[in-house]
Amino acid sequence: MDEEFKVIDNYLMIRLPNEIDHHKSVDISAKADRYIVSKKVGNVVFDFERTTFMDSSGIGIILGRYKKISCFGGRVYAVNVDSRIRRILLLSGLENIVEIME
Amino acid sequence: MIEIIEKKDIGTITNEMRLEFAAVSDNEAFARMAVAAFITPLNPTLEELSDVKTAVSEAVTNAIIHGYENRGSRENKVCMYCVIRKDVLEVVISDQGCGIENVKRAMEPLYTTRPELERSGMGFAFMEAFMDELQVHSEVGEGTVVRMYKKIGLGSWIDREE
Repeated sequence: MDEEFKVIDNYLMIRLPNEIDHHKSVDISAKADRYIVSKKVGNVVFDFERTTFMDSSGIGIILGRYKKISCFGGRVYAVNVDSRIRRILLLSGLENIVEIME
Repeated sequence: MIEIIEKKDIGTITNEMRLEFAAVSDNEAFARMAVAAFITPLNPTLEELSDVKTAVSEAVTNAIIHGYENRGSRENKVCMYCVIRKDVLEVVISDQGCGIENVKRAMEPLYTTRPELERSGMGFAFMEAFMDELQVHSEVGEGTVVRMYKKIGLGSWIDREE
């Protein structure tokens, strides 16, 4: 059991790593999908607490998970978003897809 | 190999470096950390540092997964050349991969040729947003050269103002 992934009720909590790039994103996406399917979770929460760096691969992770769960009415949330991560999310137009929780 | 487009005359070179590394995804982190270390003497703000790292990460990732089609072979090399002229950083990232047929199209936000890899199509848009200037030159079958400029150290300048 990975400590980065936790299922609470209908929510999959993903604790993102320090740096999110293409190299890391492949693994995160694959693991997240396994949880979404096997635990039948409806919503995904991305926790950016530890994250100091993210490039467009992070956008790919969020969009990919959104596509998987949104057709069943699922939602995507982001928590502990600092100003740099927020800038990247806004620049990609993700504010309509991800709910940024304060 | 493509010879690089217009070189800008923006003062004399104060520092430069050249790196060549295998086109494997582990090196994405290496490349952006190397640039971050290289520009430290310019006293960049955290924001500038993160901008440069993101842009470099995008360019190197593009070279690895699009230029060399994600083969992950150590035979394929990505070259990164950095120059500092006073307080302006120039980063040139080049590969000898497959090249881009339509550069204008590739630079459109959300356009991607690899949706199966969950590429968001935001790579060039991020480079453009986080750097001051971006030039892309590509020949099919020859490779791609991405050239970016950014003025560094506006932070210390603002501090002095106060």
